[in-house]
Amino acid sequence: MSLHLQNIDHIVNGVPHISGIDLALEPGSFNVLLGRTLAGKTTLMRLMAGLEPPTRGKIIIDGKDVTNVSVRKRNVSMVYQQFINYPSLTVYDNIASPLKLAKHPKSAIDKRVGEIAEMLHIEHLLNRYPQELSGGQQQRTAMGRALIKDADLILFDEPLVNLDYKLREELRDELRDLFQARNCIAVYATTEPNEALALGGNTAVLHEGKLLQYGPTEQVYREPNGRFSAEMFSEPPINIVPGRLTDTEITFDQSLHFPCDDKLKRLEPGDYDFGVRASHLTLQPQRADDLALDVHVDVAEISGSETFLHVHHERFPLVLHLSGIHQFSVNEPLKVYFPTHQLYAFDKQGHTVHIPARQGGAAHG
Amino acid sequence: MNNKIPNNRAWLLVLPMLVLVAFSAIIPLMTVVNYSVQDVLGPNARFFTGTEWFQSMLNDDALQAAFLRQISFSLIILAIQIPLGIGIALIMPKRGWQASAVLILITLPLLIPWNVVGSIWQIFTRGDIGLMGWGLRELGIEYNITRNAGDAWVTIILMDVWHWTPLVAMLCYSGLRSIPEAYYQAARIDRASKWAVFRYIQLPKLTNVLVIAVLLRFMHSFMIYAEPFVLTGGGPGSATTFLSQSLTTMAVGQQDLGPSAAFSLIYFLVILLVSWVFYTTIMNMQKDKPPHGGA
Repeated sequence: MSLHLQNIDHIVNGVPHISGIDLALEPGSFNVLLGRTLAGKTTLMRLMAGLEPPTRGKIIIDGKDVTNVSVRKRNVSMVYQQFINYPSLTVYDNIASPLKLAKHPKSAIDKRVGEIAEMLHIEHLLNRYPQELSGGQQQRTAMGRALIKDADLILFDEPLVNLDYKLREELRDELRDLFQARNCIAVYATTEPNEALALGGNTAVLHEGKLLQYGPTEQVYREPNGRFSAEMFSEPPINIVPGRLTDTEITFDQSLHFPCDDKLKRLEPGDYDFGVRASHLTLQPQRADDLALDVHVDVAEISGSETFLHVHHERFPLVLHLSGIHQFSVNEPLKVYFPTHQLYAFDKQGHTVHIPARQGGAAHG
Repeated sequence: MNNKIPNNRAWLLVLPMLVLVAFSAIIPLMTVVNYSVQDVLGPNARFFTGTEWFQSMLNDDALQAAFLRQISFSLIILAIQIPLGIGIALIMPKRGWQASAVLILITLPLLIPWNVVGSIWQIFTRGDIGLMGWGLRELGIEYNITRNAGDAWVTIILMDVWHWTPLVAMLCYSGLRSIPEAYYQAARIDRASKWAVFRYIQLPKLTNVLVIAVLLRFMHSFMIYAEPFVLTGGGPGSATTFLSQSLTTMAVGQQDLGPSAAFSLIYFLVILLVSWVFYTTIMNMQKDKPPHGGA
């Protein structure tokens, strides 16, 4: 089926939660809703599911207007951030519950539950109760309940947030595979850019109830259509430095001059915000035109096997994304190399006006 | 802790508590035990009687009848109040000023002292000036709690239901509020019926508060005294004489200290035993089946 949200507005108690979202999801597509807390991800999912009707706008499924059709008459399933299972039913009965409600024959239910449980690696837990399972197993059970139905639309509302790091990666990879062969639309909400990148498919970037950008995940990541979109879809967030572009050079903060990339010369001279990804800043020069900056260390955040290094130049702060674990002391002076050929440029309205050329095989975070 | 360090000063810390418990529970109870095994005739005249009082109390026909009445009463009010309380909790508004208004209205009966409740209902059911008594008479229904035992029973049960169902409703209401909204959403997406939501989500999550509700209501109703005493005085005949009223008549009215002390102990043990059996059964059931509550 295809799902089309047409100019959706949703206002709760006078506060707009969703404003003017227009989004068409293709049959069989995997879609990520990316946005910070309160960006409107959950609200949008509730509207897609039909848990509540939008204040304005239409929801079209396969060409039919279903805006006011209740959730009970739609074929949807949903997985939540909390692990939601029937507490007094076994794993088997939990997974079987949608089929039992639909009055499928016993033998068919048996077979389906077996298949789903095997797919989710919980076939040995079928006789247990949810309380006796670990968080990951509970969430697998909840996913089983969502998957067994052959729903037209499956919604995942930050399903992995409450799980530990390792388990999250494992389930995320499996989830992607589960959907390869399916013809339903999957929608997956997350706050983490890396999760969106790992899941692939399409990504819709949401911010304060508005849709900033929608497209294939890779493309949205590489070619953000604006400053907000770029900031939402990068972790650590892309570095933004205000500067002035003249015919030949760029000036940061009236003091730092450097010659600009040929392609940037095509832009009108004026004030711009320049963006550079945290992973493009380095501690060793990579190219001759890299700009060396003298900075001081604020803090080094170690996340898994990566280090987020926060530093400040005289006038502006920067974040570096380094692989491996590095130790720095506070206020330690450092030289940081700034890749002048890899600058994004945003105009003062926040629209993207320049995207750097892709570097073959460059690592992105 | 395996490596015990001998330190007798710890006892000092326990002492205040021991003194408190001694005065609040142990000494009064022991006094009763003391009376229950003796026949006290005067300050210096007492005889040890052993288990004689206990035997005579257990074989007393009037007390056996009162015990049966007491058990029936507790069972009837539990059978009415628990389902009714759950029902009320389910239809109570969930938020907004309506929720507060309903909560306050529903709590009012709980704030009225026992004997006042008895008086209210005594007046309410009078045939000459009581709204209910007069109304029923005008409708041509014969109704008289001082003459008809059935009428008296119905009225006492009605009164207790009116007075105490709010407690059950409030406990259930708090239990229901603690169920995350996502469960209801998930159930709607699963197309579960209202009954299925109640049976598989709400009831399992209510088990813990229901155990408390049943225990409290059982103990309360088993000790009921002031309300029926004021309303019917135990009559007509002894149709509504419950255990505590029999006890009061014996201890205060007739000054039979020995028998009433023995009777008090039996009374106490029955309540303790029933509560303990009920609680352990439920807890064991939960151990065999899944532990309820929690996410």
